[in-house]
Amino acid sequence: MAIEVKIPTILRTYTSGEKTVEANGDTLAAVIDDLDATHGGLKSRLITDDGALHRFVNVYVNDEDVRFTGSLETALKDGDSVTILPAVAGG
Amino acid sequence: MLSIDRATYDAIVAHARRDHPDEACGIVAGPEGSDRPQRMVAMLNAARSPTFYEFDSSDLLQLYKELDANGEEPVVIYHSHTATEAYPSRTDISYASEPNAHYVLVSTRLPNETEFRSFRIVDATVTEEPVEVVGALPIHTRSPHPKT
Repeated sequence: MAIEVKIPTILRTYTSGEKTVEANGDTLAAVIDDLDATHGGLKSRLITDDGALHRFVNVYVNDEDVRFTGSLETALKDGDSVTILPAVAGG
Repeated sequence: MLSIDRATYDAIVAHARRDHPDEACGIVAGPEGSDRPQRMVAMLNAARSPTFYEFDSSDLLQLYKELDANGEEPVVIYHSHTATEAYPSRTDISYASEPNAHYVLVSTRLPNETEFRSFRIVDATVTEEPVEVVGALPIHTRSPHPKT
């Protein structure tokens, strides 16, 4: 099952500069694990030690912010697209 | 160094003044790899706060889609501090994640004087850089990197 994943500039060091990569999995968590298997280190930039999505990143599945669709448990199917963007925020 | 045209500089300061005492935020887009801040996009501070700013999540996605479609990137990411100096806070540093961007800080703490400073923030290291305000950005002498 192929899911297209868009990678932001700051994380392209993990993907040899690629803007878009493919991954497999039926949930967002599974896709991130699969990504980490081919692009080692990526997972730690997305998920905290407590196993939650990092507050510094926004993840969208087909344009929906996953914070509103079940976070890491969001279901994915073939042809879905995942977009990762760094949050633009500060104090 | 950040080279920015007078009209964009003035528009960023006006945005910061307009939203005071809340923090204002936005970007100036330019062709990828060009380092030319050409197109200002004022963003809504979803936090509507005097001490925090955050681009709304769906606005952020739309913005990046638009940049991608235009072959642009955020050349400048700006926000205001409304009670403190125009220097990146610890929170600013922890969130900074566009290594190619100039992070512009505007302080509106004084009513008659606006601080406008620019920084690079890479791997949590802050480096201030000079700001050159020009009448108009120089004409390109070479094409920006083609979009891949």
